[in-house]
Amino acid sequence: MRTFNLMRFGWLTLLMLFAGNLWAQANLEINTPAIAALQASMQKRHTELAPFYANGAIGLTREGYIALREANAVALPQRQQVNGLVAADNADRAALYREIARANGKPEWENDIRTTFAQRWIDKAAGGWYFQNNAGAWTRK
Amino acid sequence: MRTLTVIAGLGYLLLQGCVTINIYFPAAAAEKAADKIIDEVWQLKTPNQTAPAAPTSPQPK
Repeated sequence: MRTFNLMRFGWLTLLMLFAGNLWAQANLEINTPAIAALQASMQKRHTELAPFYANGAIGLTREGYIALREANAVALPQRQQVNGLVAADNADRAALYREIARANGKPEWENDIRTTFAQRWIDKAAGGWYFQNNAGAWTRK
Repeated sequence: MRTLTVIAGLGYLLLQGCVTINIYFPAAAAEKAADKIIDEVWQLKTPNQTAPAAPTSPQPK
């Protein structure tokens, strides 16, 4: 009788673990204060970056970051500012990938998350924006 | 009966190990998470689906 109860308890625990695992498979945790803060910071900066995506001054790299690809598309007095925006955005991006991995208790996923984002940023980019293809060459969407 | 308990116990531990050690990367879940964040950062899905960049329009807080 005790064995039976033990087994039932075991199965129940197993079922709960399995259900929890299935949920974790379906969704990644992205609702943390750190992720929300990074998201807000990037959203705010994007209004400043948008014109430079559009004129091809900056592009999306295949590594999930952005880069100044055509400095001549930026007026000289503005160049320093755009460099600063790119650096700040890349810092946010790096932190975002790291935070998502950490929020899910899997710091080792950071690179996979970055690669996933790299692809999705490019997929969702507007027409006319530049991105790096798999060979690393700048391509216009 | 004892043997049965031992077998059940071992089987349980083995299965639990398989379930908890989740070594592979959930690519579909990561894509979903990425899409949600990118839509937010680039404002791709505003409630009324218009003017993705409208800095002057008052946004409800």
